Amino acid sequence: MGKHVITLMVNGESHRLEIEPRAHLADVLREELALTGTHIGCEHGVCGACTIRVDGAITRACLLLAVQAEGAVIETIEGLSDSGEISDLQDAFRQRNALQCGYCTPAMLITAQELLLHNPTPDRATIRDHISGNYCRCTGYQAIVDAVETVAQARQTAGERS
Amino acid sequence: MKAYAFDYVRATTLEDALALLERAGDGGKLIAGGQSLVPALNLRLLAPQLLIDIAHLAELRGISSDDTHIHLGAGTRHVELATSPLVGQTLPLLQMAIRHVAHAAIRNRGTLGGNLAHADPASELPACMIALEAVMLVLGPKGERQVPAGEFFKGLYETALEADEILVRISIPRSPAGTRCHFNELARRAGDYAMAGLAMVMQGQDSGDVQIRPVFFGIGDRPVLARHAALCLQQAENLIDGLEAAQQALALDLQPQDDLQADSDTRMQLAKVLLKRGLADLLAQGRG
Repeated sequence: MGKHVITLMVNGESHRLEIEPRAHLADVLREELALTGTHIGCEHGVCGACTIRVDGAITRACLLLAVQAEGAVIETIEGLSDSGEISDLQDAFRQRNALQCGYCTPAMLITAQELLLHNPTPDRATIRDHISGNYCRCTGYQAIVDAVETVAQARQTAGERS
Repeated sequence: MKAYAFDYVRATTLEDALALLERAGDGGKLIAGGQSLVPALNLRLLAPQLLIDIAHLAELRGISSDDTHIHLGAGTRHVELATSPLVGQTLPLLQMAIRHVAHAAIRNRGTLGGNLAHADPASELPACMIALEAVMLVLGPKGERQVPAGEFFKGLYETALEADEILVRISIPRSPAGTRCHFNELARRAGDYAMAGLAMVMQGQDSGDVQIRPVFFGIGDRPVLARHAALCLQQAENLIDGLEAAQQALALDLQPQDDLQADSDTRMQLAKVLLKRGLADLLAQGRG
């Protein structure tokens, strides 16, 4: 069972890679492309640490084989950071102390951003429900919900002004 | 953990997928969303020789309807079911259930057909299919056949699908006006596997001529239509009068299993609680 040659579109750049079909996307992003902001926790879809965006929707990178992702638009935390799309979320996480060790943080940010794109005014229960697939073992979640709520309100206010 | 090595091929048409599956024999495995399969691969619970990717097949996509049925392509993703106005209008039970299927990131990729073919006993959608009397359209080398949902789920991760067959479409009869439905499950935390769950459909009035289909899941090795309990409710003068007898009758319908999450006595108790809460919800809908 040989390697496959595939082309992946990651953060706007095209990469030609030679990989084994069994390699999941989280490993390929980290090992082949040095995009180590995508973290690996459980490798079976429970912890959420490897969450990325595929064709605009959050996805577990450990539950997607890299060969399956050929032709898709892949965005990682590095891409979302560089574009500035989530800079307000990142600021709020820092200000609210919504991270300690940081292991869950990239995935938590991507997950929160998806919620706010679809539902700009979520209540706390909705925020908790949406991040329920992302484990954090440091914060107790309270501060994360605070940060997401703060950003939702700030974006609303900014939207009303403009 | 890392999966055992396997090969991978992307099917271009349904016909192509069938041919690949037949050629691969026992070593072949279909992959669509992969949200149950890839964890099993990563945990080395499965060791296929060849994965046949059917995620891109147009023949498996789409939600449509005619005068009598709603048709759901097997490749329809959970998120598409959750956001489809047609599904919301005609199959509200499905949208209630999908909120409980894992988490947003999983629902973005997982497919209806994959979920049903996987036949996890704790899964929500198989129970809904039985409650809604869905019919599965299955394609194999010998042609098409239709399997009623009640005959599709055979046991733990086991369905009526043969190794060389593909689940293509799920057709669900339109519900008559006034149909009520209820969905609930009890899990340790949001998105976890249910310790016990109930999908229930009711047609008719609170008293007199009523048809009720309570389907329990996460309790035995497959979803179960609680026929004895349903009969107790249907024969009572008022639905609510039949509750106690129906709860007792669950002992005839369900064979709860022990596992790490809950023992069999707990599961039976949870089933009774779910039935009581479900009935209260259906009655409240009738008053609303």
